[in-house]
Amino acid sequence: MITVGLDAGSKNTKVCIFDDKVLSTASVLSGFDQEESAEQVLNSALDKAGIKREEIKHITVTGAGMDAIKFADTNITTITADARGTYFIFPSVRTIVDIGAEEGRVVKIDEHGKVKDFGINEKCAAGAGAFIEAMSRALEVEIEEMGELSLKSTKQIPMNAQCTIFAESEVVSLIHQKTNKEDIIRAVHDAIADRNTSMLRQIGIEKDISLIGGMAKNIGFVEAMNRNLGFDLLVPKDVVAPEYVSALGAALIAQDKIRG
Amino acid sequence: MSNVELDKEYWRWTESRYTNPDLNWQDGDIISAGVDVGSVSTQAVIMVDGEIYCYSSMRTGSNSPDSANNAMDWALEGTGLSLNKIQYIVGTGYGRVNVPFAKRAITEIACHARGANFIYGPEIRTVLDMGGQDCKAIRCDQRGKVTAFLMNDKCAAGTGRGMEVFADLLQVHINDVGKMSLKIDEEPEPVSSTCVVFAKSEAVGLLRKGWPKEKVLAAYCSAMAHRIVTLLLRLGIEEKFAITGGIAKNIGVVKRIEDELKLKAPEPSIDPQLAGAIGAALFAKALVEKEQKKA
Repeated sequence: MITVGLDAGSKNTKVCIFDDKVLSTASVLSGFDQEESAEQVLNSALDKAGIKREEIKHITVTGAGMDAIKFADTNITTITADARGTYFIFPSVRTIVDIGAEEGRVVKIDEHGKVKDFGINEKCAAGAGAFIEAMSRALEVEIEEMGELSLKSTKQIPMNAQCTIFAESEVVSLIHQKTNKEDIIRAVHDAIADRNTSMLRQIGIEKDISLIGGMAKNIGFVEAMNRNLGFDLLVPKDVVAPEYVSALGAALIAQDKIRG
Repeated sequence: MSNVELDKEYWRWTESRYTNPDLNWQDGDIISAGVDVGSVSTQAVIMVDGEIYCYSSMRTGSNSPDSANNAMDWALEGTGLSLNKIQYIVGTGYGRVNVPFAKRAITEIACHARGANFIYGPEIRTVLDMGGQDCKAIRCDQRGKVTAFLMNDKCAAGTGRGMEVFADLLQVHINDVGKMSLKIDEEPEPVSSTCVVFAKSEAVGLLRKGWPKEKVLAAYCSAMAHRIVTLLLRLGIEEKFAITGGIAKNIGVVKRIEDELKLKAPEPSIDPQLAGAIGAALFAKALVEKEQKKA
């Protein structure tokens, strides 16, 4: 039975088509009309998997913009989607760190994948993807290149500003002082990792820990988190890429719905 | 820089200088000065016997000593007065320890309270200083001495920098933002008051929805006012209440703060952005008097 999970995020809308295994995934910018974007991304995932719309039995939506997706059958919270998707990929995980464009979440789950506790930062851009985006603009470096470049850093420099707006000015003055770009990028990753590590510590660190969401694609950020914690976080790779874990979770919950 | 280029920098407020035509520095006993090197703007105020003789107000450059020198040079321009004739100079603000010619550095909190006392009178008990990269709520006594304060310097929400971001986004000159935000029929829901980045993306959404700039600015000014009022209420307000700093010139924010507090702040007779430098110059005068007493 084919189900669809949609994750209507603040920046990107992701879709995952599932039937015993992941059939296809796709992502598109959420844009202004989120339902239209969802429609569009669903069609491209259907094309990829070679499936017709009528074959879908159930669509479950999650994410900040889920209320706009009227064609979905059910909706679930991002916390539930994070837990379900991660537990499917890594059953050993007890703590999930999900960092999206405008939100950071920490979710604790038990050995059955049930949510025990969670924490959210949705009030401040520092600690979310928007922070890296602003810094990549200030540095004039493509956001996709930030991770690799930071690995070439040879020096650790501190960032004083927490606020994204103030950090932007700080990065500009670092550029003016002829600071090495790679070192600045590493400092940017360290800053956002510090914010998220403290959120993680507040809720309590319990292994294994997985890192999901768009920020998990940034190798420099993953390294910064690993450095902070002193061990390696699990980042999904084979089942789906890290930004699709919530969409996968939604597709799995859609499976549960039709099975009753 | 040509005027055309300047026009594109919407965040850039107008720099200014002034000489008091009614004063003559040669007639004064004590010449003192205060230099306030803020994160965004720098002011130099020179006083003759505790009255403002001349001042300059300009954008802070990439380093504090240069900014202090530039502001001082511009303030002195055309007065015939020179740096060595100033008996005492106090530095204040974010870059206060880097004012090369200052004999002493005093915190901007103390200076703003003292400056507000000078500008608005001794009945002021609560001063709200809205600066470029921070916001301070200060309580003071009848002599302008600080009794308590609270500040936010961690987050751009509620600071001048946040307003600059919006001026740039909407392509409205920073000097016009406040007035423009009042040209609305009905006060809209405020955007996020906790994060400028999120407020900005909300604003982009509102513009796409077809909201006029005035309404978007209103939504931001009221978010900013709300954020600042929260800080003030945490400290506790005692009347009379006055506003200093660059944002004090933004009528859109000031009016919304007044409405939310149901309190009126007095109209400034002197540019409220000078409060810190005025306070510093007054401290400098007091320090000269102290030295004279000792001697």
